[in-house]
Amino acid sequence: MPDLVATPGQTIGPFFHYALPFDRDRELVPPGRPDAVRLHGTVYDGAGKPIPDALLEIRQADATGQVPAVEGSLRRDGTVFTGWGRCAVDSVGRYSFTTVVPGPSSPGGAAFYAVTVFARGLLNRLFTRAYIPGDADALEADPLLAGLDPEARDGLVAVREEDGSLRFDVHLQGGRETVFLAFPRHA
Amino acid sequence: MMSNLDSQEVVSKEIADLHAGAEGETQPRLDFAPYRSSLLRHPTKDLRHADPEGAELVAPVFGHSDIDPVEADLTIQAGGEPIGERIVVRGRVLDGDGRPVRGQLVEIWQANAAGRYIHKGDQHPAPIDRHFTGVGRCLTGDDGSYAFTTIKPGPYPWRNHHNAWRPAHIHFSLFGTEFTQRMITQMYFPGDPLFALDPIYQAITDQKARDRLVATYDHDLSEHEWLLGYRWDIVLTGTHGTWMEADDA
Ligand SMILES: [Fe+3]
Repeated sequence: MPDLVATPGQTIGPFFHYALPFDRDRELVPPGRPDAVRLHGTVYDGAGKPIPDALLEIRQADATGQVPAVEGSLRRDGTVFTGWGRCAVDSVGRYSFTTVVPGPSSPGGAAFYAVTVFARGLLNRLFTRAYIPGDADALEADPLLAGLDPEARDGLVAVREEDGSLRFDVHLQGGRETVFLAFPRHA
Repeated sequence: MMSNLDSQEVVSKEIADLHAGAEGETQPRLDFAPYRSSLLRHPTKDLRHADPEGAELVAPVFGHSDIDPVEADLTIQAGGEPIGERIVVRGRVLDGDGRPVRGQLVEIWQANAAGRYIHKGDQHPAPIDRHFTGVGRCLTGDDGSYAFTTIKPGPYPWRNHHNAWRPAHIHFSLFGTEFTQRMITQMYFPGDPLFALDPIYQAITDQKARDRLVATYDHDLSEHEWLLGYRWDIVLTGTHGTWMEADDA
């Protein structure tokens, strides 16, 4: 069967805040959990200014590398890990998820959060990855990272902050422009 | 009041110039200067091709514990009948191979009949309808079908250029079976005179592709003395499970 042509995307626009965010949307695990980690950062435009009307979603494996396929994201009860979260940035472009560090999807692989970015002014969603820092061999061997120049590569690896949190900034444009992804069949 | 905004004529000329060199594109351009807010918000480098893996190959799962069936009816959420033209929007969510996307979350949001959102950032001096929130959710059925009962949204002004008005639209947020299929878009209504003037709609440079965002009036969906029916099917990108097996073979 020939491929169907995908429906075009459009910008999320400025007025999503009363519709898409929901209670505990950014808490993939409760903040108090011993293995909880904060994944946070700022979304910037091409002038280096924070974007106040962006929305991020993350999709991830659990610590063992298993990707959960269970309901319970929209009404979180704090016990089920669904591996998906959503966070609208604040007035100075910051987002913050409370979650766990994902394991790699294959032994020795590089672990990452799959990230989707939406914003007013952005005509279609963007995909990227926030890789987990630390396992140098795994990062070195990753097929996507291996093909990037060092600066672009560094932009995809989250930074471990002194407080133990992971920082991953998104630059939609400019000298530190984030590497955004197209997957096969996205034509 | 004097305005330093460009005229519609200037913006329409920019749109025409960008369309002149385009052919067969199926998605909006990210770099589309007539939509002024895109200037500093589009990546300048090509998207990097990657093979999806791990979490990218599995969409989040939603179920009946996540949403209530009444969330699909935007006319009964706020303790009274909203003002406007009552409509139903019904269609199917399919993947790039034509398979229905089953049991998956569809979210919508929209302006009320007067073109006003329940959003503190919406300063359009049109009335708020206290009986209309403009937010809906549902899960697709086994055949990929979704349906929302709502009010036809009004067009609304914005500050992209002088006298800029958005065609009436409903924002749609969609998931497939893989996270790579995640998308957000806007559904429009047939015959809107604002189509040609709107840089967001026209950022899709191909007419056939633009048409895919326009619902069809379907008289069989209309209900006697009750509401008007619109049909709109959504096609997501293709999945990769089979594609990668084929690649290995
Ligand atoms: Fe809108």
